[in-house]
Amino acid sequence: MHPVLKLVSQRLALGILLLFSASVLIFVGTQILPGDVAQSILGQSATPEALANLRAELGLNDPPMTRYFNWLYAALHGDLGTALTNGQDIATSMGRRLGNTLFLAFWAAVISVPLAIFLGLLAVRYRDRWPDKLISGVTLASISIPEFLIGYLVVYFVAVKLGWFSSVAMINDGMSLLEKLNAIALPVFVLVLVVLAHMMRMTRAAILNVMQSAYIETAELKGLSSFNVIFRHAFPNAISPIVNVVMLNLAYLVVGVVVVEVVFVYPGMGQYLVDHVAKRDVPVVQACGLVFAGVYIGLNMIADIVSILANPRLRHPK
Amino acid sequence: MNDQIEFLKARVGAGKMTRREFVGRVGALGVTAAAANTMLASAVQAAGPVKGGTLKIGSVGGESTNSLDPALAASQVPFHNLYQFGETLVNVEADGSLQNRLAEVVESTADAKTWTFKIRSGVDFHNGKALTAQDVLRTMERHSNEESKSGALGILRGIESMKAEGDTFSLTLATPNADLPYLMADYHLMIQPDGGFENPAAGVGTGAYMLEVDEPGVRHLWKKNPNYWDSSLGHVDEVEILAINDSTARMAALQSGQVHVVNRVDPKVAGLLGRAPGISVKNVGGPGHYVFIMHVDTAPFDNNDLRMALKYAINRQEMVDKILRGYGSVGNDMPINASYPLFDETIPQREYDPEKAAAHYKASGHDGSPIVLRVADGAFPGAVDAAALFQQSAKAAGIPLEIKREPNDGYWSEVWNKQPFCASYWGGRPVQDQMYSTAYLSTADWNDTRFKNADFDAKLLAARAELDTTKRKAMYSELGMMVRDEGGLICPMFNDYVDGVSDKVQGWIKDPTGDLMSGKVSQKVWLA
Amino acid sequence: MRNIPISALIGLVFTGVYFLMAIFAPLIAPYGLAEIVGDVWEPSSSVHLLGTDSIGRDLLTRMIYGGRTTIFIATAATMLSFTTGAVLGFLAATVGGWVDQALSRFVDLMMAIPSLIFALVVLSVMPVTIPVLILVMGLLDSTRVFRLARAVAVDITVMDYVEAAQLRGEGRIWIIFREILPNALSPLVAEMGLRFIFMVLFVSTLSFLGLGVQPPAADWGGIVKENKDGIVYGIAAALWPAFAIATLAISVNLVADWVLNRTTSLKGGRGG
Repeated sequence: MHPVLKLVSQRLALGILLLFSASVLIFVGTQILPGDVAQSILGQSATPEALANLRAELGLNDPPMTRYFNWLYAALHGDLGTALTNGQDIATSMGRRLGNTLFLAFWAAVISVPLAIFLGLLAVRYRDRWPDKLISGVTLASISIPEFLIGYLVVYFVAVKLGWFSSVAMINDGMSLLEKLNAIALPVFVLVLVVLAHMMRMTRAAILNVMQSAYIETAELKGLSSFNVIFRHAFPNAISPIVNVVMLNLAYLVVGVVVVEVVFVYPGMGQYLVDHVAKRDVPVVQACGLVFAGVYIGLNMIADIVSILANPRLRHPK
Repeated sequence: MNDQIEFLKARVGAGKMTRREFVGRVGALGVTAAAANTMLASAVQAAGPVKGGTLKIGSVGGESTNSLDPALAASQVPFHNLYQFGETLVNVEADGSLQNRLAEVVESTADAKTWTFKIRSGVDFHNGKALTAQDVLRTMERHSNEESKSGALGILRGIESMKAEGDTFSLTLATPNADLPYLMADYHLMIQPDGGFENPAAGVGTGAYMLEVDEPGVRHLWKKNPNYWDSSLGHVDEVEILAINDSTARMAALQSGQVHVVNRVDPKVAGLLGRAPGISVKNVGGPGHYVFIMHVDTAPFDNNDLRMALKYAINRQEMVDKILRGYGSVGNDMPINASYPLFDETIPQREYDPEKAAAHYKASGHDGSPIVLRVADGAFPGAVDAAALFQQSAKAAGIPLEIKREPNDGYWSEVWNKQPFCASYWGGRPVQDQMYSTAYLSTADWNDTRFKNADFDAKLLAARAELDTTKRKAMYSELGMMVRDEGGLICPMFNDYVDGVSDKVQGWIKDPTGDLMSGKVSQKVWLA
Repeated sequence: MRNIPISALIGLVFTGVYFLMAIFAPLIAPYGLAEIVGDVWEPSSSVHLLGTDSIGRDLLTRMIYGGRTTIFIATAATMLSFTTGAVLGFLAATVGGWVDQALSRFVDLMMAIPSLIFALVVLSVMPVTIPVLILVMGLLDSTRVFRLARAVAVDITVMDYVEAAQLRGEGRIWIIFREILPNALSPLVAEMGLRFIFMVLFVSTLSFLGLGVQPPAADWGGIVKENKDGIVYGIAAALWPAFAIATLAISVNLVADWVLNRTTSLKGGRGG
């Protein structure tokens, strides 16, 4: 077997194993959350009989192993159960929230990833000259301000003062794509600012690091144009750290945007999960945890595989 | 010229002419734009309700864990949702009077022990079924069932028996209660088909609006019920309730025109918001109060000297000035103020007195360790700041307070009514008996101060049955004093309900019993 | 040290000033931390240089104390996350095999749960004190450092000079500190500046969600939150702490950039 193929399949297998262990971790973690589930559903005035009935109904009396496998079996069949707090079907209500989150993340990523890499390359090309300094300065400033403040400032100037976009980024099924894009314009803008700098700076640092290598000097001595050198010779060798940081930021866009959701009243996964953690709604917390873990592990697997494929030394082992 | 203006006004009122056209046309008649706008407002107001449009409400207190089950409603968004689809037997109007809704006639026996409600005929539920007395009975059974999780369980405990016969629903109380109809106006007691036993969260009732979209914690969309029995209410076609918990986002949504009304305007921005074009701030003083509550059965709060020390250590006027910015009035460590009938004005006002506080603190023998006060922004607007003020004024009396800030999410389920000392608020109730029965009777579910006093219970029941108002007033005065001097309630202020309203909204009424016209905004206003 | 570029100098000066202010906060603050000295949101005056905050406390005083809290927490958490993350990352890369797999997969597992959500859950369960905050933030963040350190180190371990060192029979510690660390330093230092900012922002975010520094103490993020309601009406009180966060972050990064340039030029690159 070709070593790269072997490495890639190893990564795939590991990813699946990891997802499995994450499900164990999530299950155990939610079990040790303080507070009794039955108690939190029925409230403090519940009678002992009512508590006992509910515990039996929820299967809380079964051994943990049985409960885990029952849960995993159902989850693998797409049955995530119903929320304890309001009896809604989790797969349906979470599906809608996840769709919203992915929609927002997708558009933020579509704009920010190419922009970050382009700006990173540009900064290296004009290293230490004004484009580099300007790009570095602006991106640095954009990540240095708390995202909720950027959010509120954008709301104030763009939505309230100018009235261009809506400050409440609430999307629903009845809206056309254009209406939806109009609604999420402001949160996308804020998210792009937040993730752009990190990716752009890592791109720049990684390429600069490679630029020290002897083969770059060779390329330069060959008389290649500086952009050619950067793009054809330095960039491919810097892909591994760049892909890593891009994936980190993509994961952030999916799982870490609670604050933007709060400011723009966006119906995403973060707020959904936070609400249910507060209510100790264990099935929902488990389901969200599983989805987040899946997204994260998937993105990391991609990052790893791309790194393997991109590293010539790993591709052609001596 | 006047005839012409009158004609134009009528056209605007009838919706046949836009605002801009009107200003232009009367301008041509030599009227200034400002005067034209004033005329316009009066014209639209005088012309009566305009039908149609979508009323958008931005409300605090919506979580993705919310349900439409009336029994479980405990925060703002569920509360407002209930008033879209549901109706109670009777309703408390803005002036404090009772209005019959699903009950056509309310009668009682002379001893106020047995009450009979004749159920309105010709009313249909949203699912097409006709409303019957049986549905009312089943609803009351669901809420008063001992296993019920209903917030109304406490107020229904006094019911001994209930029955439905023909078109009447009647109930007999264990002890007489002259205020019983007020209890039936409780927002949990929305009448549902077959009491909502089958599917309590279906959002099916007899109200003016029918459920279209239910996305808990995000939005709720309601469409006009074409078969609604009361043609004088429910002017808009659609009501959209958006859960906007963040106050800055809520105000921005109002200012950028994405919602027509918002609740819970923070007093410190109320003045600023009122200056924004096209927006007015509506405030109304009522029975709602912001409180710090101590569990009287938990150390160190089981010591009345310590409780008194804390009560003397709070500067009420400073709170009203700085936290409410004048949108409210000082409290007196009891849940009752002048907005209630039978309030005794002669009860002395408790003032900030660091010396007395220090003396009581010394007498309590407390070890001097910091007393932990739990608070979250969501407890009431300015709660964290109020706690900081309390900490300062208590420090002057030598009482160390430690403020522990809790997250908003889960505050009502994990901190309030669980931790021994925390910040909270009460919306108040229409009558004194109901307020005391909900939170100060030993058996009350929401006895969030754990105030359990047999004398108090006995006196409250006696007052409930007392039909002589003079005697009743004296009894309520005594009850108030008991809570004030022995209870676990520190009540620094009664807040106004402060709502932000767009000028597009017409027909606003000041209703002191709750925010957004006590939930009836969508029934009574119309959009210009 | 003579040829410190101007940008780095600015960065050093600002960073220095902020750190000094943090250290000597009680000496320079004009009023008490929780002392109410005026009306709500007074504009700046000779008595209150930055005006007053949402309940009438002196904003400059709050800013000085807030900086102390913010800087302390962020510094401690960054140090914790870097030590843990980098050491484990290099170890994983050099040792390889099952140690690498175990560590990497464990980190993946930890990272599979969003750090903000993780922090919210942990902090809603544990008492929110400053040591707990630092511990939670530092350890959660070390997973990010670990991944980067490992990715960089893996690329370095396949380099000829590392192989040469291994063939020479150098010990693992020697390889980590003498071969890998100097060569991995530039991306790591660049990352450290960013991580410091992320720490500052993370505390701010936690405070924003009500789980950060407890009142009446406040970090800069907390002060932004206390005054944010004024933003929509053009009241600048919330902008001052945000401005402080931004300037601190930029200064730290200017310094980090300079260090990055210095280390790369040490390696004999061109144009340094």
